[in-house]
Amino acid sequence: MSTPLLTAPLLTARDLTLHFGRVAALDGVDLEIHPGEVVAIVGESGSGKTTLLRVLSGLMRPDGGEVSYLGQDVLGMGEAARRRLMRTEWGFVHQNPRDGLRMAVSAGGNIGERLMATGARHYGNIREQASHWLTRVEIDPARMDEVPARFSGGMQQRLQIARTLVTLPKLVFMDEPTGGLDVSVQARLLDLIRALVADLGLAVLIVTHDIAAARLLAHRMLVMRHGVVVESGLTDRVLDDPQHPYTQLLVSSVLAA
Amino acid sequence: MSFSLATEGLSKAFRLHLQGDVRIPVLDGVDFSVAPGECVALAGPSGAGKSTLMRCLYGNYGVGAGRILIRHHGAPVDLAAADPRLVREIRRDTLGYVSQFLRVIPRIGARDIVAEPLRARGVPAEAARARASALLTRLNLPSRLHDLPPATFSGGEQQRINLARGFAADYPVLLLDEPTASLDPANRQVVVGLIAEAKARGAALVGIFHDTEIRDLVADRLFEVHPMQDAA
Repeated sequence: MSTPLLTAPLLTARDLTLHFGRVAALDGVDLEIHPGEVVAIVGESGSGKTTLLRVLSGLMRPDGGEVSYLGQDVLGMGEAARRRLMRTEWGFVHQNPRDGLRMAVSAGGNIGERLMATGARHYGNIREQASHWLTRVEIDPARMDEVPARFSGGMQQRLQIARTLVTLPKLVFMDEPTGGLDVSVQARLLDLIRALVADLGLAVLIVTHDIAAARLLAHRMLVMRHGVVVESGLTDRVLDDPQHPYTQLLVSSVLAA
Repeated sequence: MSFSLATEGLSKAFRLHLQGDVRIPVLDGVDFSVAPGECVALAGPSGAGKSTLMRCLYGNYGVGAGRILIRHHGAPVDLAAADPRLVREIRRDTLGYVSQFLRVIPRIGARDIVAEPLRARGVPAEAARARASALLTRLNLPSRLHDLPPATFSGGEQQRINLARGFAADYPVLLLDEPTASLDPANRQVVVGLIAEAKARGAALVGIFHDTEIRDLVADRLFEVHPMQDAA
């Protein structure tokens, strides 16, 4: 009845290194993510967490190291193969919804476009799916034909999530998905992400500087500083019994509401 | 004797890097064991390390030395050395924890919070929610509150939601941290009943009970946690 949690990894990274001039953005980073696992990467601005996400998803090339997805060499695959992966089995939720949406295309079109990229052709089915996904992210399907430029920031972010998840990807990269939003909107979005991830059994690699969001969403956590993973493990253990001086500083700096 | 949960030479110290690297030893060489159908109460003065031991047993704190053996799917596993994914699986299927305070999730109603551990095991939503309602009702939480998010509930109401969540999933091993602290006498009696039923089905329970009257009603024996001298 219950599914085993011990499976082979989806994505594996070994010894990733990347320098910007003399600054190490990644310095010997190892990482694994398994099916259905939510992993948070936390750390201050400039710690290398967004760079790590970009390297893992093939958007940026490291100086050294390996990334493999279900046995395929991500760094060695061609641009066409990587794009195909990004259209089908992967998803990317950007901090700024404008980077993940087509602002001149209707809300329904934004969702339908990604479905069509995976082979859907029947107009009625695509519209029906778009309507279903708008409802799932709590957007009134009656607004399907409006362009996202007319939506609030929180709605745009929810639309980006619908567009990303409609193809039921196996692995989703999220870069500060609640970053630019009001606190009241953040809670709603976090809860929505939490519910969708659990329902769909997605693997998610989420970059955030919001410790409370990481506690709510992530099973496992990596703490980065100066391009190095200084501590990693079960989320509640890293946060409640932090070992590294930097993690202790990070945890003690959070104000309890 | 067969055990459900046991520690061997368990030691735990905290090193506070932000306070001049001071090292605070809390547990040293603790050998503890609880058998199926047994309830063991942790005893000792405030600050002795009862809560620290409890958090180690849940895998919430790492350990400095020693092993924590838990019988998971029939075989003993060292929780102290287990991979995070294995710890999650143990917590889903074998090990439950009722903390003193409820960690609320925005917008999620009480019934769904209680049903969540069952849903995680794959129990269908309707069955999980029915079980959750039955437990909340037994703990005297009015049904009009079952679907409300408990952020604004009283301390006692939140504790009852935590208890319902802990007892809903019939864990083989259950840890209880001050489970009756904010409850009135009637609800304390409900908890005594829930603990007795859990023991009868073969669960192993470990508890911290400030309330000695309740403790003596439910515990089969005490395990003394000794405060450590300042060894730093």
